[in-house]
Amino acid sequence: MKLNLISNATLYKLLPWAVTCLLISPIIALLINSFSSDPQGSFQHLFDTVLLTYSLNTLLLILGVMSLSFIFAMPVAWFVACCEFPSRTILQWALMLPLAIPPYIVAIVYTDLLDFSGPLQRLLRGVMGWQRAGDYYFPEIRTLFGAILILSLALYPYLYLLLRGAFLGQSGSLFQAARSLGASPLRAFYRVSLPLSRSAIAVGLSLIAMESLGDFATVNYFAVSTLTTAVYDTWLELGSLTTAAKISSLMLLALVILISLENYSRRKQKVYQRGGATHTQLRFVLCGWQKWGALTFSWILLVAAFILPLFTLCYYALSYFSASLTAALWQYTLNSVWLAIIVAGLALLIALTVNFYQRLCPGLFARTTIRLSSLGYAVPGTVVAIGVLIPFTELDLGVNQLLLENGFSGIGLFFSGSLFILVVAYLVRFSAIAVGSIDSSLAQVSPSLDLASRSLGQNAFQTIRRVNFPLIKKGMLTAIILVFIEAMKELPTALLLRPFNFETLATYVYQFVSDEMIEYAALPALLIVLMGLIPFIIVNRLLEKST
Amino acid sequence: MPTLQINKLSCFYQDIQVLDLLDLTLNHNEIMCLLGESGCGKTTLLKAVAGLQAQLSGDIQINGNPVNGKGLNVAPEKRKIGFIFQDYALFPHLNVFDNIAFSLDRLSKQEIKQRVDSLLALVQLSDYSERFAHQLSGGQQQRVAIARALAYQPDLMLLDEPFSNLDHHVRFQLIDEIRALLKSSGMSALFVTHSKEEGFAFADKIALMQAGKIVQIGTAQALYCHPNSRYVADFMGLSNYLKVHAVDQFSYQSDLGLLTSDSEIELNKAPLTLLLRPEQIAITSSADGLGCISKVSFSGSYQEIRVIYRGNDYHIKHSNHFGDTQQFKVGDRVSLRVLNHDFVLLR
Repeated sequence: MKLNLISNATLYKLLPWAVTCLLISPIIALLINSFSSDPQGSFQHLFDTVLLTYSLNTLLLILGVMSLSFIFAMPVAWFVACCEFPSRTILQWALMLPLAIPPYIVAIVYTDLLDFSGPLQRLLRGVMGWQRAGDYYFPEIRTLFGAILILSLALYPYLYLLLRGAFLGQSGSLFQAARSLGASPLRAFYRVSLPLSRSAIAVGLSLIAMESLGDFATVNYFAVSTLTTAVYDTWLELGSLTTAAKISSLMLLALVILISLENYSRRKQKVYQRGGATHTQLRFVLCGWQKWGALTFSWILLVAAFILPLFTLCYYALSYFSASLTAALWQYTLNSVWLAIIVAGLALLIALTVNFYQRLCPGLFARTTIRLSSLGYAVPGTVVAIGVLIPFTELDLGVNQLLLENGFSGIGLFFSGSLFILVVAYLVRFSAIAVGSIDSSLAQVSPSLDLASRSLGQNAFQTIRRVNFPLIKKGMLTAIILVFIEAMKELPTALLLRPFNFETLATYVYQFVSDEMIEYAALPALLIVLMGLIPFIIVNRLLEKST
Repeated sequence: MPTLQINKLSCFYQDIQVLDLLDLTLNHNEIMCLLGESGCGKTTLLKAVAGLQAQLSGDIQINGNPVNGKGLNVAPEKRKIGFIFQDYALFPHLNVFDNIAFSLDRLSKQEIKQRVDSLLALVQLSDYSERFAHQLSGGQQQRVAIARALAYQPDLMLLDEPFSNLDHHVRFQLIDEIRALLKSSGMSALFVTHSKEEGFAFADKIALMQAGKIVQIGTAQALYCHPNSRYVADFMGLSNYLKVHAVDQFSYQSDLGLLTSDSEIELNKAPLTLLLRPEQIAITSSADGLGCISKVSFSGSYQEIRVIYRGNDYHIKHSNHFGDTQQFKVGDRVSLRVLNHDFVLLR
């Protein structure tokens, strides 16, 4: 379908495709690489020895985190959305806050608290009179199960947010109808509310699964070998890009399966007409043991996932404040902030390019650029890192060869060894967030507004400037802030791609974490949390005002 | 020169023909209604004129300037048309004043103020210039939309179901107001609706559409009284169809007796179908009448009565004159008589 809404703008039509090609180049590179030969036979070696264990660990990790997150998120989402009990309004927003703490920071806090020398075991020994570790049994946190627990505490808010939204959107009269047909509240929940939320559950669980698949820092710290750690080790320790790429392709395959499963479960979901009174008007008042049960469960979850880690970090940060407050910390904070701002700005530009392409030339082509440019978000950071290394090292090699052959001096690792490649990798991962945010805020701008402006003598670009931009201001700000938060937190991509002597706050924290120096990790970690938390609160304010 | 001239316009949408070689002429200061069921192509036609529809073939001229034709598709902003949307499409980030001033950015501040103030006075919203769209009622929003379109001084106004989101009592008042406004501004307008009552009240002419074609075009009276097909007859109102055959040059024989015509009729042995509107049949109570009432409903100034007469079902409208003592009940015996009128014979 060709509509003459923009004329003489070939450049504008090429730009979205150029951007999309850049963003999917790592994935294409990995796919090509996975079919190439295995010169040192190292992939074959891995395959013969540990790859099965790694894959199994990854699978168990994903399934474990999905189950435990569901057990955490589902009850609190229902309490907060459909019931009435004390402190509900606080819990409603507080339960999202764990999203601001990267999982590896939760991991060091719990390791510190639960270690042999940690406060809990010291207390137990003091009370029980035990002397040595052999005197008693205490569960070890640095195991696969520990990793599952930590990741679930950090990731459950994804599912919580989606489920709460789904419960709030359901017509309360459906629940009441089920009650009037003789179902107990619990049964009505199980028979009506839960099936109606199936699509939210599928989306939430698949997000959690993707994050677990991509997690590097937590499992590496806990010495659980998964596919992610395998990619990291083969590249940084064996130096084999080909092998790392092959393992990465394996993870891409897992992603494809995950995404197809999600699409499948969503396809079966019909759109239910929203009507009648919502749960907001018909909250189910909890009393007696129900009230205490809901309160205990919700608050224990909040304390475990957010308050306790934050409190511990504050404690260490204050205790070691002067020792932590160094010139290096200042420098790395600046690095992180600048990097995040550049990435957020560029991601916004990318999002505007592809989204307005879709708005002006709607159709399959435009839809495809949006889909493709959003692919990177699902791909783990380590995989993206390997993916961008392949084309850009090739590019460096080619350019150097060309320059040397013509008598010029080479440029060295101009692309693959500089901040450039780090920025590209971040864009590959995080552009999707900006694209999604602009997409949904543009969707709320009725197309007839554009047509009204066009019929009043404004051309396509004047219409964008005078009508669309003012109306998606909040969406643009949200996009920038969300990308900023993610870029501040991102660890594995930075670990693999940072130029020599370049540190971000996250890699700085991770150094201390690897050396088990939580005292020194606390202040920078707290900075990461705050820089996630404050923009996060701003975004929520923005979104709440717009609805 | 007609304001709008459309020749052989066709449009395909995903292999379905939405418009089928359609011709239309709209004269200066004329208001035409495109009437039809949903999916008949009326909105597509409107969008085609506005330049918002792809995959067209055929010609469109506005004020003699071709805007669509072979290899030609003038951008919507260059067509000098005003478009009024079903959802009004007021810019939510601008107040009433700035919405109306949207297309006036080339004028000086003072000129803008003058123009907008006079338009606000025209649509009787002078006190509302600071308000935003969500602070206005549906009727007020619609008037702002009209003022905004008029500010651009279009050659032609296109209105897409502009009254469908309004309450019944506001609707007909606004229809009168906007009709008067368009007429006094010398504007030509093309107006899409699925409601014939809106068409009757708003338009000078009605073009009834069916499956991408205009099946009949004319005044509301012409379409109601002289439809050219059963489709038009049924769309415009309740119809009775009576089988008749000519007996001589001035009369037909039918179930309802001998019907005499004022003008000479064609002598044709084949049976014909006569259209009878419900108000063209007179009903009287009579103990030995051949009709039997099956339903009566009271509608204020008239009663709608259904009568079974010799096995056929007839719709009848009986005016309630003041002091009329005739009361009809279900089961009453009645006799029917066709009132004298211009006979409309359909195939």
